Amino acid sequence: MTVTDEEWFDEAAGPLVRPYAMTGGRTRSTTLGLDLITLVVAMHTVSEVDLDQEYARILQACQQPISVVEVAAQVDLPLQVVKVLLSDLIIQRHIIFRSAEAQTSESPSQHVLQAVLDGIRKL
Amino acid sequence: MAYGNSDQQRVQPTRATKLVIAGGFGVGKTTMVGSVSEIPPLRTEELITEASEGVDDLAGVEQKTTTTVALDFGRITINEDLILYLFGTPGQDRFWFMWDELARGAIGAVVLADTRRLDSCFGAVDFFERRGLPFVVGVNCFDNAYRYGTEEVRAALDIDDHIPVLLCDARERESTKQVLVTLLQHAMAEARLAGTVS
Repeated sequence: MTVTDEEWFDEAAGPLVRPYAMTGGRTRSTTLGLDLITLVVAMHTVSEVDLDQEYARILQACQQPISVVEVAAQVDLPLQVVKVLLSDLIIQRHIIFRSAEAQTSESPSQHVLQAVLDGIRKL
Repeated sequence: MAYGNSDQQRVQPTRATKLVIAGGFGVGKTTMVGSVSEIPPLRTEELITEASEGVDDLAGVEQKTTTTVALDFGRITINEDLILYLFGTPGQDRFWFMWDELARGAIGAVVLADTRRLDSCFGAVDFFERRGLPFVVGVNCFDNAYRYGTEEVRAALDIDDHIPVLLCDARERESTKQVLVTLLQHAMAEARLAGTVS
């Protein structure tokens, strides 16, 4: 995410870096255990903070609680890239996350199963 | 759900859970997701770097190719506190590592079967049996397909008697609801059973 002193391109040119360059080459070990359905939500609006373009797009997508996989679909970046960028934003306290129900226990509780059953019947 | 920057305005993240819809390529997984999802099915992609399988690679030179695996999913807001995600598995069986992440902590799975190509769901049945993940088999009734009975499908797939097998039409919301209700009831029965054993 480095911007040099000599900016010879403008934003209209779009990203000049390949997806994994956005993450500084980081992959699986640094994503705080983020799962497909981990829910994330922004603590700031985009206008409140000064972020590079890809981070800003992700922060914008997280203005309401949203799952990691939905963020990836919205910003149209590969899942693993989104997990790394989200982790950065979490570490910088721009975003908070709540572990999925799925991660807190091996399998969903009877309470969750019953709620889902009731919800599907009501569809 | 207003935008804002004060803690008072902030909506609390809710909880999320998921289930998996598996089956061979073109069997109607995404159609089934779309029949009950509150949003049109979304697609996300994962980049996979793998050793290429060519036979004429130069010895000692590691060849790698990047492949894209697409993952389709939908969403149902169960209540103000709980969101259900429905994931269609990637059609290609070799992406098992994606299945691992999909299955981890899931409620259960629907194995969608096409009677014209029953063998294409053997892999999914094996996977969920090994993982101990509750699953049901939905036999998708395509218009021009010969309709086998559920017991014929059960026998062909060698599925235990306690695992539900039912006919369905993945395009129909009510039919998909019935499949999901059956899956939930099955998962709850399995969980109760596990509870009394341990």
